[in-house]
Amino acid sequence: MTVVDRSQSRPRNWDNDYELTDSEKRFVAQHIYVAIAALFVGSLFGPLQAFEFSGVDFYQYIEPVIKSYYQGLTLHGVLNALVWTTFFIVGFTNLTTMKGLGRPLSHPHINRIGFWVMVVGLLTTAFPILANSATVLYTFYPPLQASWAFYLGLTLVVVGSWIEGLGFYLTLHAWRKENRGTRSPFIALGGIINAAMWQIATLGIAVEVLTMLLPWSLGITDATDPELARTYFWFTGHPLVYFWLLPAYVSWYGMLPKQVGGKLFSDSLARLAFWMFLIVSVPVGFHHQFTDPGVPQTWKFIHALLTYAVFFPSMITAFTVIASLEYAGRKRGGTGLVGWIRTLPWDDPSVTAQLLGAILFMFGGIGGLTNASYNLNLVIHNTAWVPGHFHLTVATAVTLTFMGVTYWMIPHLTGKALWGRRVALFQTWTWFVGMIIFSNAMHMLGLLGAPRRTPLGKALYVPESWDGHLMRVSIGGAILLVSVLTYVYIMVRTIAGPKVEKALVPAVPVAQPLRPSQQTPLWLDRFKPWLIGAGVLLVIAYGPQLVDQIFNMNLNAPGSDIDLW
Amino acid sequence: MTETAPGPSTGSDDPNLTMGIDPYERNWMRLSIALLVAFAATITVAGFSMGFAVPGADGEVDPRTVLETEPWSSPGLREISPGVYEAYVVAQTWSFNPRELEVPVGSELTIYVTSPDVQHGFSVRDTNVNMQVVPGQVSKLSYTFDEVGEFPYICNEYCGQGHAAMYGVVNVVPASAVSAGNDNDNASDSAEAQGDADGQVD
Repeated sequence: MTVVDRSQSRPRNWDNDYELTDSEKRFVAQHIYVAIAALFVGSLFGPLQAFEFSGVDFYQYIEPVIKSYYQGLTLHGVLNALVWTTFFIVGFTNLTTMKGLGRPLSHPHINRIGFWVMVVGLLTTAFPILANSATVLYTFYPPLQASWAFYLGLTLVVVGSWIEGLGFYLTLHAWRKENRGTRSPFIALGGIINAAMWQIATLGIAVEVLTMLLPWSLGITDATDPELARTYFWFTGHPLVYFWLLPAYVSWYGMLPKQVGGKLFSDSLARLAFWMFLIVSVPVGFHHQFTDPGVPQTWKFIHALLTYAVFFPSMITAFTVIASLEYAGRKRGGTGLVGWIRTLPWDDPSVTAQLLGAILFMFGGIGGLTNASYNLNLVIHNTAWVPGHFHLTVATAVTLTFMGVTYWMIPHLTGKALWGRRVALFQTWTWFVGMIIFSNAMHMLGLLGAPRRTPLGKALYVPESWDGHLMRVSIGGAILLVSVLTYVYIMVRTIAGPKVEKALVPAVPVAQPLRPSQQTPLWLDRFKPWLIGAGVLLVIAYGPQLVDQIFNMNLNAPGSDIDLW
Repeated sequence: MTETAPGPSTGSDDPNLTMGIDPYERNWMRLSIALLVAFAATITVAGFSMGFAVPGADGEVDPRTVLETEPWSSPGLREISPGVYEAYVVAQTWSFNPRELEVPVGSELTIYVTSPDVQHGFSVRDTNVNMQVVPGQVSKLSYTFDEVGEFPYICNEYCGQGHAAMYGVVNVVPASAVSAGNDNDNASDSAEAQGDADGQVD
């Protein structure tokens, strides 16, 4: 394709020379350290589950500390899917906001308060999980009842992220007052759109916890309405995956092109994709409830169609990101239909991690479309296919991208050099290979009817014909364990390493758009029309059914009176 | 990407601002939309005219008293007309009641499931029957068993320590071998057996 680079005509607001102060860098790094610690602890349990599938049960040896497969699974889900992601994302958004806008936070104390609320929340959640009084997995479906501290802690983590979000809005507002008529820089805008989407989405879980789960776990009410709780939960539960994904997209659109020596192919479509996510991420939750009783088929079908709509911005992303990479690959001398791929800097672990994450995301996307396809969901709902799917998305596209980002970001924040570039390349490739083996086997088991969240090594209904797949799950898990331990080791060695001279510290990669962002229409730079659109669609797609469930609420499910775990 | 000249940009609301979409990308977006419309059409046809249905709102119960209430106080299989069965299954920690359902091949079986305690799952292997089981709600799906064999039904929602042991089995038997398991004395001939069962509805 013919691509004309016009960005030289108006360099503005993009790769500004703002450098975060030492204290700003420390603040961002604090988020990332908590995130990496959570990833480390949580990832120790994932492989134990994978090993259990082939009959090697390590849980019996750690029983004095961790009582069961399910307690390990709860730790794995909460620490990896909720804590690693949320702390990384909020830290990263602090960085993209400040660097993108080229200014400090307008109210840094607000963000500091937000961070410490999140930390207190994390500790409050950790105690009951470690004490085996919250073995309810990361979906905590009532009437499984956890200790009240578990719900309170999770609430505080979310509230802390809201407070930090407020800090981002105020900073963008301040920047706009100083830069009237200028398009917001993409990496800042993208992160802040994600924060806004998150605040809308988490209303569901906030209502669930505050009106039902907290009073019930404190003994104020004696029963709950599990179906209404599911509807609240999935109001938040699906947009949660876009909350994880959009920061990876910020990197793929707004940073990776710079890292490979190219430019962002289309500024306006990058923005359009993000605004579409703001609108259609939330009203899709019933696609997690296709097999639920108590929700009419009509609403499930409407949400199936809306889920197809949310697939569209990911299709835009596929084109724009690949076109940006191709532009760079050809500039580096690559030729032929796919020859440009080889010329990308595969010797840079940060780039390789993100490229490999993006490759597996294509398969994750196809599987996701299957999940969302209404009656097709009957084949895979609650089977091993589902964790197989989200280990391609959140555990690879998102996690491997975040790991890749830390390969430049931790050196940038600490003034150190990345320890072990070749070891880091080994880490990214082992994650890629381990996840292919693990995830493929999980998808196959799901199609054969193996349930998720089940120690299949013990289950009585497992036929011998599954043994090969179960073994591959264990092998994939072993490779991933090596990979994650390598990752943590690289991070520790980097952080503990000596400071290096400034010229050797990587800068924040900020990609220029091919066409100046100043030529992007104004409607792609304004919150108001999109927020109104999000609200209207939410009322149409959720309103009637949610109102019906709330008005017919029956707090009549007390749960079980035996010790469940 | 050649339709927009850079021009003297003012930074204000220039009405000539365009998105500057590359023609290749425009076609990609059209293709994406066409693909998604085709997918939507497929699931619509399959869901609403070919009978690949998902569960819906099929009634509510009180989980505190459901086990003392008909028909849940005597769960099991009933033949409601020749070749048409319904089964009421209680899912509770950590077993299904009943653990076995036996139907002759070719039967249409409608399964109702509820739980008095926590959430469970009910999926019948190698079929499209897959339901979330939620206290207070009745889950319902129908399936026609056209092949002889054992179809395990498995709890596929975490429900506590004994979750992995929670399963049962649908036994689909040759039409000539229906056992007396269906509240039916005359088991030697399936046609007769089904005829006799007619009066047993409710």
